[in-house]
Amino acid sequence: METVTNIVIAGLGGQGVIKASDILAQAALAAGLDVKKSEIHGMSQRGGSVNSDVRFGARVLSPMVPTGEADFLVVVAPDQVENNRPLLCPTGVLIEPRLLGETSLANPRTLNVALLGVLSVWLPFPPEAWRAAFDAQLAPKIRVANEAAFAVGIAAGAREKLRLQSVTP
Amino acid sequence: MTKVKRQLLSGDEAIALAALRAGVTLGTGYPGTPSTEILETYARLGGRAQWAPNEKVALEVGAGVAFARGRALVTMKHVGLNVAADVLFTVAYSGVSGALVIVSADDPGMSSSQNEQDNRRYAVAAGVPMVEPADSQEAYDFTFAALEMSERWGVPVLLRLTTRVCHAKSIVADGRAPLPAVAPRFERNIPERVMIPAHARPAHRRLRQKLAEIATWAETAPLNRRTAGDGRLGIVTSGVAVMHAREAAPQAALLQLGVTHPLPLQLIRDFAASVQECVVLEEGDPYLEEALRAAGIAVRGKPAGYRFGELNVARTRRILAADASPEPAPARGKPPQLCPGCPYRTVFTVLRRLECIVSGDIGCYTLGALPPFEAMDFQTCMGASIGMGLGLRHTLPADEARRVVSVIGDSTFMHSGLTGVAEMVYNPPATGHVLLILDNGTTAMTGQQEHPATGRTLNHEPTGRVAIEAVVRAMGVPQVDVVDPMKEAEFEALLRERLASGRLAVIVARRSCILAAGAIRAYEKAAAARSQPLGGCPADAATTTTGETEG
Ligand code: SF4
Repeated sequence: METVTNIVIAGLGGQGVIKASDILAQAALAAGLDVKKSEIHGMSQRGGSVNSDVRFGARVLSPMVPTGEADFLVVVAPDQVENNRPLLCPTGVLIEPRLLGETSLANPRTLNVALLGVLSVWLPFPPEAWRAAFDAQLAPKIRVANEAAFAVGIAAGAREKLRLQSVTP
Repeated sequence: MTKVKRQLLSGDEAIALAALRAGVTLGTGYPGTPSTEILETYARLGGRAQWAPNEKVALEVGAGVAFARGRALVTMKHVGLNVAADVLFTVAYSGVSGALVIVSADDPGMSSSQNEQDNRRYAVAAGVPMVEPADSQEAYDFTFAALEMSERWGVPVLLRLTTRVCHAKSIVADGRAPLPAVAPRFERNIPERVMIPAHARPAHRRLRQKLAEIATWAETAPLNRRTAGDGRLGIVTSGVAVMHAREAAPQAALLQLGVTHPLPLQLIRDFAASVQECVVLEEGDPYLEEALRAAGIAVRGKPAGYRFGELNVARTRRILAADASPEPAPARGKPPQLCPGCPYRTVFTVLRRLECIVSGDIGCYTLGALPPFEAMDFQTCMGASIGMGLGLRHTLPADEARRVVSVIGDSTFMHSGLTGVAEMVYNPPATGHVLLILDNGTTAMTGQQEHPATGRTLNHEPTGRVAIEAVVRAMGVPQVDVVDPMKEAEFEALLRERLASGRLAVIVARRSCILAAGAIRAYEKAAAARSQPLGGCPADAATTTTGETEG
């Protein structure tokens, strides 16, 4: 099977966009898939836009997601949704902080990982793959907070998946 | 059998790992996006790495290592090679006894650079071989290959990367056996190593001879890869464009050039003859296209518009279809800004309020050119702020000249500001000049690297420190002040006074970058604890503090 899953994570510098994409790529590796990830950083920590592309499948070639071909668009900053929307393919799923609803995160800095939790509901990775990715990417002292955020995200993701299934016949 | 480990690595990390496995003696360079992580990773893995004040010095040190039969890895971003070019062109003549691999990390699309120069041109101009990997696995393999080529032919080799090779992560299987160890040794060979004209003339011929041999080798080198297709379309390509091409046109025959200088022209000729139409797919300048046409190989290049910015799969499809119609506008993101609480904020507020003409430089503070400050009038390359400010001072009527201020950061000042100060002292404008050195204690823009004025090595260990204010004073600047830019009224009064004085003045505006401040305090504490294990004399620690002020 030659299909490649395309994911773009977008937000502002300092929001953990690159960390989230590192975790995602590591999970794909642990799930036994080929994976490539790339981003533009440099001046990004000064609060400007940051985008990171993650692609996985049996064989991945270009490290960049073609515009309009993202299967999933994860946007960490609400004001970055509109300018990034054109990246998404017509049947693609938009994942944004709004989906977390009223649930408040114990630590707002874990928003990036919470949104990964939402995304995870659609991805074919076993829990061990995510655990391996957390092991590789998260320092022990922030591990617990991020796992809690991931769980919050999974619950929100399940709700959103149900809602989308009920609106699309 | 060596156990192969599969890891997810960026191209930068893959080069660092290869350097370690291959037995590089020393890694040196100057931080610059997207190359910075190479040396940082190399040091973290246990390699010996250091930051040089600038790329020219880094290449000089690297050449010295290779003159002593060592293996040197010298890293920089594309514009860094401009600074190092003076050394490169002549080390190509002298050659080396060990290995000298120079990484040039180009930034097509300018995600964080002032131009998008294509450094493949440098390989041609300097006459050095160049290899170009397409992903992290190749970055790993080609580092070995570049070191081997350099050792085999005794020439410096350029390892050229682009942003999407440096910062893209992909899977690397690392199973290479280390290169045979070498014992450092210096052998005197004055005719080959001292480039006076009488020695340089034969050296140039030797270099051309080596290049001819490498070209012959490249015809069959495994770094160049040929993939069969359906016979209609053939694509000649290099670097990350290889991946875009394979994805956009899986049916096409592909010639991936891993060695892009000297070019294996016979290989390319045979390939072009084997397909109905041959297209050159390359990011940046039409370097390959021009070289192939000059060699009489019929190829089609890209429409002019694709010379700008990065390639991707969508643009590749358009190039293959010879589509020159306007491209859809890319999504506009939010531009970066100085961090909230950044010490440079008050500096630019004051410069704006005093209606200064600001000659700027390269660093976070370049963001002072954007709203809400809009307080930087020009900016060119590292260190240019001083000379350019002086030029304005020499030219403008006196009342306007007195508004000119040169602004430079601490790391940039170490990189190439010192000669600007020499010029300022030597050829002072009639109105004097004011140089503002923004000392935030780190190389903030590239992610907080150390430099000679921080007094800490790449690994943040204490070492000798260049005291900026003492240097400019010793160079002959009559008025040197150190202030805290956060004390806005004080800073403004001082700047006003110095602008009106008509003399040469340097103001060091010193306050740590807020992102780096915590780490700097921790390094200083660790250093202080180490220098007085028995709670003894604090004299050593005092020399590394940065609070020195004077009026
Ligand atoms: S990184 Fe440091 S120097 Fe750069 S804008 Fe932020 S606070 Fe200022």
